[in-house]
Amino acid sequence: MKMNGEMMAIKITDLNTPETITWCPGCGDMAILMGVKGAIAELGVEQKDIVIVSGIGCSSYVPQYVKTYGVHSLHGRSLPVASGIKLANNKLTVIAEGGDGDGYGIGMGHFIHIMRRNIDLTYIVHNNAIYGLTKGQTSPTSKKGMVTKSTPAGSLEEPVNPEALAILGGATFVARVYAGDVVHMKKIMVEAVKHKGFALVDVLQPCVTYNSFNTYQFWQQRVYKLEDEKGYDVKNKWKALERASEQGMHADRIPIGIFYKEERPTYEDGVPEIRDVPCAKQPIDGIQIGKILERYK
Amino acid sequence: MVNEISWKIGGEAGYGIDTSGQAFARCCSRGGLNVRTVSEYPSLIRGGHNTFHVTASEGDLQSPKKELDMLVCLNKETVDRHYKQVKKGGIIVYDADEVKIETAKYRSDVEWFSVPLLAITVELKIDKVMRNTVAVGASIGLLDYDIEILRDMMGKKFAKKGESVISANLGAIDKGYEYVKKNYKGNFKAKLKKCTGPCARPLLNGNDALSIGAIKAGCKFISAYPMTPATSVMINLASVEKEYSIVVKQTEDEIAAVNMTIGASIAGARAMTATSGGGFSLMVEGLSLAGATETPIVIVLAQRPGPSTGLPTWTEQSDLKFALHGGQGEFARILIAPGDHEECFWAGVESFNLTEKWQCPVIILTDKHLADGFSTVNIDESKAKIDRGLLMTDAQAAKETDYKRYEFTANGVSKRAVPGMVNFMHVAVGDEHEEHGRINEDEGNRTDMSDKRNKKLNFILKELPEPKLYGPENAEITLISWGSCKGPVLEAMKELEAQGIKANFLHYIYVWPLKTEKLVKLMDKAKKTVVIENNKTAQLGALISEVIAKQVKYKVLKYNGRQFYPSEITEKVKEIAKNGKETELVVR
Repeated sequence: MKMNGEMMAIKITDLNTPETITWCPGCGDMAILMGVKGAIAELGVEQKDIVIVSGIGCSSYVPQYVKTYGVHSLHGRSLPVASGIKLANNKLTVIAEGGDGDGYGIGMGHFIHIMRRNIDLTYIVHNNAIYGLTKGQTSPTSKKGMVTKSTPAGSLEEPVNPEALAILGGATFVARVYAGDVVHMKKIMVEAVKHKGFALVDVLQPCVTYNSFNTYQFWQQRVYKLEDEKGYDVKNKWKALERASEQGMHADRIPIGIFYKEERPTYEDGVPEIRDVPCAKQPIDGIQIGKILERYK
Repeated sequence: MVNEISWKIGGEAGYGIDTSGQAFARCCSRGGLNVRTVSEYPSLIRGGHNTFHVTASEGDLQSPKKELDMLVCLNKETVDRHYKQVKKGGIIVYDADEVKIETAKYRSDVEWFSVPLLAITVELKIDKVMRNTVAVGASIGLLDYDIEILRDMMGKKFAKKGESVISANLGAIDKGYEYVKKNYKGNFKAKLKKCTGPCARPLLNGNDALSIGAIKAGCKFISAYPMTPATSVMINLASVEKEYSIVVKQTEDEIAAVNMTIGASIAGARAMTATSGGGFSLMVEGLSLAGATETPIVIVLAQRPGPSTGLPTWTEQSDLKFALHGGQGEFARILIAPGDHEECFWAGVESFNLTEKWQCPVIILTDKHLADGFSTVNIDESKAKIDRGLLMTDAQAAKETDYKRYEFTANGVSKRAVPGMVNFMHVAVGDEHEEHGRINEDEGNRTDMSDKRNKKLNFILKELPEPKLYGPENAEITLISWGSCKGPVLEAMKELEAQGIKANFLHYIYVWPLKTEKLVKLMDKAKKTVVIENNKTAQLGALISEVIAKQVKYKVLKYNGRQFYPSEITEKVKEIAKNGKETELVVR
């Protein structure tokens, strides 16, 4: 909130909404919600200037639980909706959110393309390797061989590796965090939002109801922080790719933290029409089209 | 004799048919004539048969006319396909060195005149592709039209390309013209004169007109995926993106296109997308999201014949019901089907006012014929108004204490705030929600919310203009149609009147919600009612039956991928007037 020209710190409680949280007790989404709210409180951006855009799935209820502007859109479509908002008003802080099915399944086409565009928004993926809202089917990140209701004989597909894909796909900020470490998660989320360009924050998240393989215990035993690794350089794309490829989310050792980061002009930087005034804020009365008609004579 | 001609040029793709056709058309419009065109091309990258057909007239002209005064054939296929289309006493221009035919075996009631198009290009040492330009010069010579208009136009068109390009083009025009003046000794009667009144009106195709309307309306955002025949809407906006500050985004698919449009609108920009049937299929879930979140969006649906890929570069009006019913669930939407190019412009303007005022999606239904065909237009931009409905301002926001984005109101429309405004924070949600935008599954709220979304239609219906009646109030035959059939029906009306058949014509631009007061009165009065549609299943006819529980008895339909020509409608309506046993008449 702004008073007398100065930002008043946003308290976590300022971000509460009257909604009742409907996630299962112990769900990783709770922790991610705490991370998101904590990050927003730290950002120094007014609530009115933040838009959280989600798709469909358990994770996509987040906009309902955070007092900012929000769009709870369609399954897989958070990124195009968020892109439209950002391109129409680049002064807004835009956070897209969704699950692994939403982002790496039905919405994969948008994920790949937003990375090469480098639109300045943050994409938080609640990655629990299962379809929770539809009660336990295989997901694009389910471990090969995982038994689910739709794969009773075990999944036959290799899981998507979001970090490797993002590094190669042109994302300028690629991070993985773990829902069991809220402090670290929040820290990375703040960096992601502050990063100028497209930022992926892939969150390892247990589904306590439908995924009995990727549990808190599973990840607790395997995760380690990249920032603790001596000599790890977030600017080294090929090393980052190597690490991401070798140590996917089901590996014996699973890195968390920032894999890769680079500075590159954003898509919006290349659109001079919105540099000074966002297109959503430009006056539209009295536009003259006579000179265009003249060209058609 | 009326100062009017129909001219067509044909040849293989790559012969510059479209370029020369447009040059001829523009040359006519610069001479103050009314112009209507049809271009035909197959869905191929190279090869295939292309044509460009121009009707130009000093009098009122609503449609290209099928019967040709002059056919210019750059290859034999053009002769084979179109020689029957030439009027008695008309002329077929060809190059006997290239098109080896025995003309007598085709027709002897038309003139055949060979112009050595290829030899002229060889003589001038210019690329042989410029045969088309020689042919346009020759056409103007045969019509005794003012060659200076064309010379002047070419000079300006190629000004940036330098002297050599200009002189090559002028040389080609002049040689074609001079060859005719020196060698033509026949009796071809059709002549074309320029008008002396105020001339040089814009010559636009439907997509141009619609795009310029959208720019006038303050459209600031378009996200789209290329698809014939809608592509040039995005291209037009891109060509002036800097001048008019418009964000143009080509997306990875139509799903992204419609959802980006929704995002941009949620952020407060006037936003649109444009596609054809296949792309619209991918957009319908987004359309439904716009319906649920009451987000203003404009979708241009430039129809082409389906099903599936169908005939990608041809025309049909077969997506009316799809546009009306596409998308899960029930919500208000408005369908606008402009009938001609000026109406395309106004649809571009009004669609944005309607979508913001009523906070429901607006779909503009055009088709390949309208989107691609050119017409001279009169546009008075001073008549355009901007109405943003209940879009809130920052000042209004400061006073708000309990903002409800989806507040229940008398007409179903609620105050619309966009991100960045204090006190207005809310979630736009596709799940069922209560007034604040919070998810809510209670039965009472659900009923109220569905009522809110759908009752807008009743109020929209009251505000929309009645369909326009052309011709007398009382007539034996009432013709009913929508969208791009307008032109050919209006021309057919003139022919019918001349032949003593009394008909009137009700034309729908706003096809949903459907105004029926005028329609019901006419149907009660007319002896015979006829729907005329460029589709197989008479979709407007079916919609009328659904809404007023009355059948339009006769149908004149055409679904061979081509638009109606006036004479085809005249012929079928005459059949209905005289006989009337057959109720479904198909132009094949």
